[in-house]
Amino acid sequence: MKLKEKKKAGHPLRRAVSPLVKHFNRHPVFYMQAPFVILFLLFIVIPVILAIALSFTDFNSIEKPNFIGLENYINILTNDNTFTEYAIPNTIVYSVIVGVGGYVLSFFLAWSLAQIPKGPRTVMAIVLYLPSMTAGVMLSTVWQVFFAGDKVGYLNALLLNLDIIQSPITWLSDSRYLMVIMIIVSLWSSMGIGFLSMLAGILNVNRELYEAAHIDGVKNRIQEIIYITIPAIKPHMMFGAIMAIVNAFQNGSIGVQLSGANPTPGYAGQLLVTHADEYAFVRYEMGYSAALSVILLIIVWGVSQISKKLFAEKG
Amino acid sequence: MRRSKRLQIIGINPKHFDRSQIKFFLYLIPVTILMGLPIVFIFFNAFKPLDELLNYPPKFYTLRPTLQNFQNLMATSANKAIPMSRYLFNSILTTLAVVFFTLIITTMAAYCMSKKNYRLKNFLFGINEAALMFVSAAVAIPRYIIINRLGLVDSIWVHIIPLLAMPVGLYLVKQFIDDLPDEMIEAARLDGAGDFYILRKIVLPNIKPTLATVAILAFQASWNSMEASNYYINNEALKSFSFYMSTLTQSSGNANAMVGQLAGNAVAGLGMQAAATLIMFLPNLILFIILQSRVMNTMSHSGMK
Repeated sequence: MKLKEKKKAGHPLRRAVSPLVKHFNRHPVFYMQAPFVILFLLFIVIPVILAIALSFTDFNSIEKPNFIGLENYINILTNDNTFTEYAIPNTIVYSVIVGVGGYVLSFFLAWSLAQIPKGPRTVMAIVLYLPSMTAGVMLSTVWQVFFAGDKVGYLNALLLNLDIIQSPITWLSDSRYLMVIMIIVSLWSSMGIGFLSMLAGILNVNRELYEAAHIDGVKNRIQEIIYITIPAIKPHMMFGAIMAIVNAFQNGSIGVQLSGANPTPGYAGQLLVTHADEYAFVRYEMGYSAALSVILLIIVWGVSQISKKLFAEKG
Repeated sequence: MRRSKRLQIIGINPKHFDRSQIKFFLYLIPVTILMGLPIVFIFFNAFKPLDELLNYPPKFYTLRPTLQNFQNLMATSANKAIPMSRYLFNSILTTLAVVFFTLIITTMAAYCMSKKNYRLKNFLFGINEAALMFVSAAVAIPRYIIINRLGLVDSIWVHIIPLLAMPVGLYLVKQFIDDLPDEMIEAARLDGAGDFYILRKIVLPNIKPTLATVAILAFQASWNSMEASNYYINNEALKSFSFYMSTLTQSSGNANAMVGQLAGNAVAGLGMQAAATLIMFLPNLILFIILQSRVMNTMSHSGMK
């Protein structure tokens, strides 16, 4: 009751507002959210729905799409040798090493950084985070020089100097090395905001928790990490995990960027993203490509659900 | 007594250097140097004279720094129909717009999802949380169809609009606002303040760290993006600097393709590419260094509950 009276009585703040602002103020939730929600629908939700719809058609970007049911999916699973022999195994190897490896590395480095004083910690955290900003073009320019195929390339020069190899190796166009290089480069740039989140989380763990645990008999650092640090920063671990998963799948075109060709040499660096891109922009089989994208999205979603379960159960 | 000594040693976030920390430094320093080398390399390479770029054995550093590469970059682009400054202008303009609009849109939506009560609230935030895992590379075609339908193809807006809805941004801001006390907002409401007023005068001043973080993320997304220039824009004059840089890479870069056929042009291309890489990278670096303490502050609220 009192609340209402006060509102009616008016307040200096309310006096000089235009009718437009008044209208906005009457429906704040609607007007404040509308821009985000509309853009979110347009560029994230609807594309996903469209991708699902297109995946059931034979759309080729020129003619009208025809509904062909599950044919694309059946073809992918039964007829697509590149998919079963390269894209899927490569994606599994790449995303397990980059996703899980990058995640563990992020956590370990964050934890280590939390053990040293603020000054050096800040400097090192910045340096470790920087690579994650060199997305796209910058990433390939830096590493292409390092792995260049002639003797001017840093790696070749180093190995030639040490007499490990006799002639330069074309690292980036050799199907034997491409995947390894992709993984190295991705791990290098995997200390992103997930890493910062875990670092911030560890720094904020209540000191008393550690003291209590030591009284309870926690003896070494491994026990300390398992019984205190990880449970205490579980929300941050979860955020870091999601970021690691996205990083592992989003950077799918790194093989193409490094080798400069799609398909990558000998399909060595072909991941699901690149495979879908090849069908979309090289062969113009949009429906088929959409089906591949849907499979990718399902995998990402599934992996995220698993990691959510993982972190929910531990608590 | 013994116990308390051990507790002192095993300390998270220590205030001072202690000999027990040496083992951490022992591996942290090499790892940091290793990870930082390619970044240092970006700097050295941009200032290397042309003849040193292809010297054998290659040198990591240079003792004769020069601005030659930057001059070449300017000179070459001056001969083309579209000068480099045009690409740079496009990138700066669109990036500023993306940062500005993202901040406004994101804070408004985050404030509602955090402090207002309405039916769709949890549903919307749930979808947004799922969208954190959204892999935009997977839906390039449907995005193209939509952008085409909206008439955004070949418009400067196509650099801006598709990037504005940023799930990570909304997520971070919302988590941050969640930790603001409800009483603060309730008090203002009792004084008769509307939501827009509360957002501007009470919420915004208190969430500056997270705004800085979202600004950085939006900046990176826009500044580094090539999606729009690659797929949605045919008019050369509207393309971005990151795209221009990638053309340098293609015409000169891919070092493998150049083996044995190194013309003077290609070498100059390598130098220009190094210079352009530095121009691309520097704003990212400076922005992050300036705002890093705010980013860390935001990150302590970033946990997924």
